[in-house]
Amino acid sequence: MTLTKIISNRWLLIAFTAMAMMFGGASQAADNVGFVYVSPIGDAGWTYQHDLGRLQLEKETGVTTSYVENVAEGADAERVIREMAKRGDKVVFATSFGYMNYALKVSNTFRKTAFVHATGYKLGKNMGLVNARFYEGRYLTGVIAGEMTKSNVLGYVAAFPIPEVLQGINAFIKGARSVNPKAELRVIWVNSWYDPGKEREASLTLLSQNADVITHHTDSTAVVQAAEEKGKYAFGYHSDMSKYGPNAHLTATTHHWGDYYVKTVKEVQAGSWKPTSVWGGYKEGMIKLAPLNKAIPADLQARIREMEKQLTAGTLHPFAGPVVDQGGKTIVAAGQNMTDDQLNKMNYYLQGVVSKIPN
Amino acid sequence: MLRLERRPEASQTMSYVSPLIAIVLMLVGGLVLFAALGKNPLEGFKVFFVNPISDLYGVSELLLKATPLMLCAVGLAIGFRANVWNIGAEGQLIVGAIAASAVALHFYGSEGGAHVLILMVVAGCIGGMLWAAIPAFLKTYFNTNEILVSLMLVYVAQLLVSWLVHGPMMDPDGFNFPQSRLFEDSALLPILLEDTRLNIAFTFALGALVVGYIFMFRSFAGFQMQVAGFAANAARYAGFSAKRMVWIGLMSGGAMAGLAGMSEVAGPMGQITEHVSNNYGFAAIIVAFVARLNPVGIFFASLLMALLYLGGEQAQQYLNLPSSISNVFQGMLLMFLLGSDVFINYRLRWKEARA
Repeated sequence: MTLTKIISNRWLLIAFTAMAMMFGGASQAADNVGFVYVSPIGDAGWTYQHDLGRLQLEKETGVTTSYVENVAEGADAERVIREMAKRGDKVVFATSFGYMNYALKVSNTFRKTAFVHATGYKLGKNMGLVNARFYEGRYLTGVIAGEMTKSNVLGYVAAFPIPEVLQGINAFIKGARSVNPKAELRVIWVNSWYDPGKEREASLTLLSQNADVITHHTDSTAVVQAAEEKGKYAFGYHSDMSKYGPNAHLTATTHHWGDYYVKTVKEVQAGSWKPTSVWGGYKEGMIKLAPLNKAIPADLQARIREMEKQLTAGTLHPFAGPVVDQGGKTIVAAGQNMTDDQLNKMNYYLQGVVSKIPN
Repeated sequence: MLRLERRPEASQTMSYVSPLIAIVLMLVGGLVLFAALGKNPLEGFKVFFVNPISDLYGVSELLLKATPLMLCAVGLAIGFRANVWNIGAEGQLIVGAIAASAVALHFYGSEGGAHVLILMVVAGCIGGMLWAAIPAFLKTYFNTNEILVSLMLVYVAQLLVSWLVHGPMMDPDGFNFPQSRLFEDSALLPILLEDTRLNIAFTFALGALVVGYIFMFRSFAGFQMQVAGFAANAARYAGFSAKRMVWIGLMSGGAMAGLAGMSEVAGPMGQITEHVSNNYGFAAIIVAFVARLNPVGIFFASLLMALLYLGGEQAQQYLNLPSSISNVFQGMLLMFLLGSDVFINYRLRWKEARA
């Protein structure tokens, strides 16, 4: 037996032992992590992105996961969350706003489980919060829209006038107006998070009102498909939706929860987890743009890439002053940035939106 | 060869046996389904039908889930017996929930007391009745189709609750999220079993079943409605008022659905949101039919239906089956029921094939 062979055998042995220990350790812990989804996973959208995060978590940490999809944001959610905690899941991720009070209630009974609730505002002793600064991506898509529009009319299909949605709308028009002061934005509310029929109708209405770049804050791909059909531009949301409109889809604001899930679960396993409120954006890698369509000119692409760097570095704030609302009132003076507190209470449109806010 | 032969008269026995056949076929279908999905059928069966009720908490959840189904179904059954087709219990449930929530929020921050809950119960029933009064009025005065009107009003009710929780009923400290404040303790139904969510609404449901039974089988009005259901002309010759039956049918459905809505917001939800109903109003229609419009049957059919929901959640968590599994079971149940109902009016006969 040659020396190299002995060495390589030994290396093999060490490698095997190390692997055995790694996997042995993992399987011994056999931590399970539960996910509660508000809709079926499907192949694009809010829940789909969370599920990508779940798969990344499984791959990178070796924990097992289980999920329940299509859990209504009502009384049933509590039973689903409780079942996960009861069987000893290490962490439970409740991924929709309507689970807030139920998750909090269960967390008070099951102190050994770590709970994380997405998009809410109630922290618990063992319940943390997570949300993403979706508006950062919206601002960039707004800049692209402002440059790409010929009619100077942009369209937006939206679900409900809660702060998160208004942040997106306002960041979009602010981005557009930063490069094109003539741009105006029309908004249609469909009063539903997922209703492909209504989303399509709304898109067609916007397009018939001369909008030539449209986007949406709802959960289907109908808006992108409608734009593709009519030969106009659109932005996807949540997921890269380019396969639903290869020509129309300029890019998309995409959500990335995986790194956060991995980090949280590792912290819980190490015992160092504290329930905090995380509101991550470009800096944390939670918000990204999908690949840019080649219809976007190269110099604009370069500018967008530069702005992405600035967002990551924190030197670009989408709601940097002056921020002026629809009625002409200054919300944030020049030289200042809108605070998180102000963002969380947003209930108005900014200048450039020509629709009226409901209620 | 086997042939279907019309029975001289409808079989009474068969009308009760048919749901049982449907349930058995659904279970068999379930085993096949689990096998087709690559799961051990017996394990699937255990996870779906046994695990959800393997402890006291599970049983309490089953009863909690069955409560709104029982309430809605018994109210609907009274109307269905007289061919008054109220398809809109879902909307009546929502409006009942709205009315009860309005009371709870009106007394928010006051001393509280038993009157709050009592008023909420009354408001819930009245809210549901008001919503059901619209199809009743249109039916009796303009002869509009109550199926269409009651169904369409479901969507109106959904938009109404959506508007309210985005507007007048929104929690002022809730960051503009579409939901009301959490109700105070005085506006929450007392819990029946400690450390569970089972509340006294379950006893309301049992009471409603008893009252429904007495009305259907022991009262003259119930008899009139029965006759109208079997033979509308006979009822008319006998001088029974058709208008009155429409009103009774829709009001009972509306009141019970409204009470179900109240029991959701004052029970497991503890507030009102857009998601106040989980299709209880529609599921209750299946319950009422599986139960042959009989309150005793409604009790058991509601439990079965609730178990299908709970089992579906467990099947997702432990077998990685998709969420539509519950709907598949519900669909199988209804389909097999319609199928086996053939044997109420027909029977199988072995006949020699003629040459």
